[in-house]
Amino acid sequence: MANPLPKEYYKQLEEIQAADFVVHELILYLDTHPTDQQALSQYNQFAQYSKQLKRAFEAQFGPLQQGSPNPSSSVWTWNSTPWPWQV
Amino acid sequence: MWVYEKKLQYPVKVSTCNPTLAKYLMEQYGGADGELAAALRYMNQRYTIPDKVIGLLNDIATEEFSHLEMIATMIYKLTKDATPQQLREAGLAEHYVSHDSALFYNNAAGVPFTAAYIQAKGDPIADLYEDIAAEEKARATYQWIIDMSDDPDLNDSLRFLREREIIHSQRFREAVEIVKDDRGQKKIF
Repeated sequence: MANPLPKEYYKQLEEIQAADFVVHELILYLDTHPTDQQALSQYNQFAQYSKQLKRAFEAQFGPLQQGSPNPSSSVWTWNSTPWPWQV
Repeated sequence: MWVYEKKLQYPVKVSTCNPTLAKYLMEQYGGADGELAAALRYMNQRYTIPDKVIGLLNDIATEEFSHLEMIATMIYKLTKDATPQQLREAGLAEHYVSHDSALFYNNAAGVPFTAAYIQAKGDPIADLYEDIAAEEKARATYQWIIDMSDDPDLNDSLRFLREREIIHSQRFREAVEIVKDDRGQKKIF
């Protein structure tokens, strides 16, 4: 990692981690409470929200997920640092 | 299959280079009640568990792999700047002569991981009770590590992981009730 990461990187990443935590908690809850209407609607709401946050992050800092579009037409960016243990 | 996401489940920050703390954390990396054992245990049990609780085992197993990555990140960050002298003082000389600064699936005492740490009995009640016990043992281990740690940044991440063990234990207890209810219904037919 040549350059220190901007503050904005950490801020946006933490927002994604928070949103995905809600999504994951609801997944485990719904696995044992599959007919809870309120949880179902919260799940759909946060799944959508997480997707929006990830799209914005990826446009600025490169792909988060395998299968996300490569932002450059000349170089493969998935393999670029930082990896999660480097931030 | 799995799709990798280039982020940790929860941020991991460490205050200082601290190989002693890294040594303790190896208990949760390659130990009997660690994250590798948890992930492999649930992933393997899901094939023969009743349909109604497969999803839970699948999803908790997947989360355990993200915890394994968080523990690895902690060990990596706590040791990456350590000198051989510092590693020796931390009791990691034996680790160093075999692995340099590479991570390895050992417990805190240097014993390598073995599949004998996990169980698969095929009986859903036996397997789910094993899973509840595993979560409670992992929760207790996190507490003992927090008690030994003086790194406030690291403790924040360790508290997150400790709380996750509680959630998993509670969900597995619900799964036991689901399996029992399901069995009861089948008897009627």
